[in-house]
Amino acid sequence: MTSNRVWSVLGLVVMGYAVTLGTDDAFAAESSKATAPNAASLAGVIRIDGSSTVYPITEAVAEEFGQAYPRVRVTVGISGTGGGFKRFAAAETDISDASRPIKQPEAEVAKTNSVAYIEIPIAFDGLTIVVNKANTWCSDLTLDEIKKIFIAGSAVRSWKDIRPDWPDTPLKIYAPGTDSGTFDYFKEVVAGDQAAIRSDMSVSEDDNVLVRGVEGEKGGLGFFGCAYYFENKDKLKAVAVDAGKGPILPTHQTIEDGTYAPFSRPLFIYVNAKSADRPEVKAFVEYYLAHGPQLVEEVGYVKLPAEITARALKNFQQRRQGTQFLDDRGEKRHGPLAEVYR
Amino acid sequence: MSTLTPVNATAPQTPRVNDARAAKKRFLKNRLFELACSLGAWASLLILLTLLTATFVQGFEHLGWHFLVQPPSRRPDRAGIYPALIGSIWVCATCAVFALPVGVGTAILLEEYKPKHPALRKLHDVIQLNITNLAGVPSIVYGILGMTVFVQMFGLFGSALEPQFTIGTPGDWYYLQLPFGRGVLAGALTLMLVVLPIVIISAQEALRAVPNSLRNGVLALGATNWQMVAKMTLPAAIPGIMTGSILAMSRAIGEAAPILVIAGIVYITFTPQHLMDDFTAMPLQIYDWSSRPQDEFHRVAAAGIIVLLALLLSFNALAILIRQKFQTRLQ
Repeated sequence: MTSNRVWSVLGLVVMGYAVTLGTDDAFAAESSKATAPNAASLAGVIRIDGSSTVYPITEAVAEEFGQAYPRVRVTVGISGTGGGFKRFAAAETDISDASRPIKQPEAEVAKTNSVAYIEIPIAFDGLTIVVNKANTWCSDLTLDEIKKIFIAGSAVRSWKDIRPDWPDTPLKIYAPGTDSGTFDYFKEVVAGDQAAIRSDMSVSEDDNVLVRGVEGEKGGLGFFGCAYYFENKDKLKAVAVDAGKGPILPTHQTIEDGTYAPFSRPLFIYVNAKSADRPEVKAFVEYYLAHGPQLVEEVGYVKLPAEITARALKNFQQRRQGTQFLDDRGEKRHGPLAEVYR
Repeated sequence: MSTLTPVNATAPQTPRVNDARAAKKRFLKNRLFELACSLGAWASLLILLTLLTATFVQGFEHLGWHFLVQPPSRRPDRAGIYPALIGSIWVCATCAVFALPVGVGTAILLEEYKPKHPALRKLHDVIQLNITNLAGVPSIVYGILGMTVFVQMFGLFGSALEPQFTIGTPGDWYYLQLPFGRGVLAGALTLMLVVLPIVIISAQEALRAVPNSLRNGVLALGATNWQMVAKMTLPAAIPGIMTGSILAMSRAIGEAAPILVIAGIVYITFTPQHLMDDFTAMPLQIYDWSSRPQDEFHRVAAAGIIVLLALLLSFNALAILIRQKFQTRLQ
């Protein structure tokens, strides 16, 4: 008797499981039937993974693409730029989202696995330096001042330490997590390869926390991707950056034409060259380049100049392989996107 | 206890007054402790209440049928949780199917089949110690382990994209492949690793709570160990085991880290068709929404949390129903 009850519990669990399985199948069959009549004939699976910064753009493209090609199944992951390249180099994904160009060791792994790839820049992300709304004194910072604030061992404790005529308000810095591509990029610009960034900052992986931090601290200073600033313009004040050509504020205009230097970085997708020959992947990338610029702006990033997008399309159609951000000796190539990417 | 010593050498009072004072002090301490306890309880309740209210207020307007049946979208007002909801149900149900039998089985072995040989007893102790320790391992570690063991299977059967062993084709509902790849089964088995220590330890506690006199009585009637477990101990322990399973499944459904390692997918418009299919889970989707710059997405995330809570509560309700059924029958 009692053992029967044990079995009945087990049976119940299995049954419940079967029910979810059954109904789900039925639902899926129904929905695919509903979209079948007006579907384009193209079918297949496109696997995308990589940077969570690029994710909103790829998601937007995948969403629109899904309307036009309902039978192509697109999945987009957020394993991070590094994690994405790891899978990409093992030929596990067709496309990799990246918030920085591929690094030499990653390119090396791809080479040993004989994975060839096409590099496509898709948007700009401007790094914005922000201060509290009540901060009336600081409207611009020179690159040297930024270095003075952020390099490890910095003696800057209050705003007075940056410029003598500024008030003696304590400086509180909010920065993205050290694993993020945003931090990587900031560190490269400010500290270069040798020096480190100071560690006595409030750090969070969630940029919304940084927004709230700077918003609530009169002496607060923070930096993050421009999308977070554009969304919170009413709560924060952006600081113009003076890199020798006068202070320049981050706007769509200045980021796109490259005058907001050096804090604007390009975002990329990397397409597996073998996958690019599959019609659904080819259609997806071409759709990406055609509709990307408009969708990029919609999700809060800055579109590339039309000329670079045209270059990217040409490179894709000619299946130009490899990266242009590493030279023949595997050294990193620096400079604005328009000059490096040909 | 110094407060119980009636004589205070330095105090000039008579012992009697001293007694009354000591008693007063003791009762005061008693009251203070009670106050501290209830303060702790109320504080945690208040925090929970604040969090829940904030979430409900934020997410309520976005909640609706469309939210439950639509895939994610870049437009907050069109974003839905359907693939993640179904993905979570798939993974947690599969996880339960594996974790409960294995966990309860292990608990029965450890509690009801205690070996007599000293060497075997030592082995028993080692297993017990390891299970207790495993309960404290961060879930991301299990994610990495699951990646090697289930997703890639140490590379023994080729890569996940070109599996060397398959049953059926990817179109069939019973499709199976080795290695498992980044599908539902790999995710469920990884979550199983995360929750197994909880299941085992709580099942052990439940079995231990069954009085030994009952065991001796059954054995005295000539029953075998298996008969005793199947007809007496296990049914008596089911309510406790179900309580542990509730806790375990609640943890499984809320885990984001191992799922991020195993599946890593957030944008997906379809639901799993077989155990090897791609999937995403609700915690991952909520994590993505809450880290978006747009404030509207934070509201969508709050709506996602409400759905997650609702699913969790309905899972728990089911378990409580089963528990109650057994409790009343046994009495």
